[in-house]
Amino acid sequence: MERKGQITSSGEITKANYKSYVFEKMPKSSHFKNMFWAFVIGGVICCIGQAFVELFKLWFPVEDASVLASATLVLIAAILTGFGVYDRIGRFAGAGSTIPITGFSNAVVSPALEFRSEGYIYGVGAKMFQVAGPVIVNGVTIAVIIALLTLLFGG
Amino acid sequence: METFLMFLKAFLVGGGICLVGQIIINFTHLTNGKLLVLFLIVGAILEGFGLYSPLIKFAGAGASVPISGFGCALVKGAVKSAHEEGIYGALKGGLAACATGISVAIVAGYFVSVLFRPRTKKK
Repeated sequence: MERKGQITSSGEITKANYKSYVFEKMPKSSHFKNMFWAFVIGGVICCIGQAFVELFKLWFPVEDASVLASATLVLIAAILTGFGVYDRIGRFAGAGSTIPITGFSNAVVSPALEFRSEGYIYGVGAKMFQVAGPVIVNGVTIAVIIALLTLLFGG
Repeated sequence: METFLMFLKAFLVGGGICLVGQIIINFTHLTNGKLLVLFLIVGAILEGFGLYSPLIKFAGAGASVPISGFGCALVKGAVKSAHEEGIYGALKGGLAACATGISVAIVAGYFVSVLFRPRTKKK
């Protein structure tokens, strides 16, 4: 009676069951609690963003206000990451702190800070794009492709 | 009243997008980087079909702050300048639209790494 992914009776860890073994050993937090906090924190971050949009709308057109609001959130998240606050939020907010633009900022700043000991060129400069790199590469590629397609088909 | 409604919509839509992300994490154990790229691509493709901008109009920051809004901005900028300047515009517009956010992240990242000490991660 061996369930898929369980350690064999001899306690052997094979390549096939290693992944599920790790999942079993990972600390279990309830899905519901995770989802609740992701929803609340994600919502709160977006509300703060909305507050900045309303503020910048006083001086700029709506689209610029929206861009500036995002940039402000990026700046705030960068500073909070420096103080180690953002990672503390991230521990219980999960996707609620990853998916907003603040999570992108955290993904840029956090490795930059961590790898400073390797110098400013190959440490900070290179590791900064550990997560941001894939995001920008994929984003730019898909944006150019879609733009060329709309040019071709006149969308 | 209208402003309050806007905040409510931003909260619900933004929270909802993050909730979807958390559900994906819970059931697939995707890493954060992959999750970001996934949502970025979804946002970009939705905007490619012209579906994401209406959501931003409806929910404001609730749709533009999540990373899918970043993907949308890339595509929107690229398509817009492609209409104006052809292939040259298609290559230019995407990054130009997101340049503010990326530049702030880079510069802030640099300064933070100079000014702050890394914290050891406690679990």
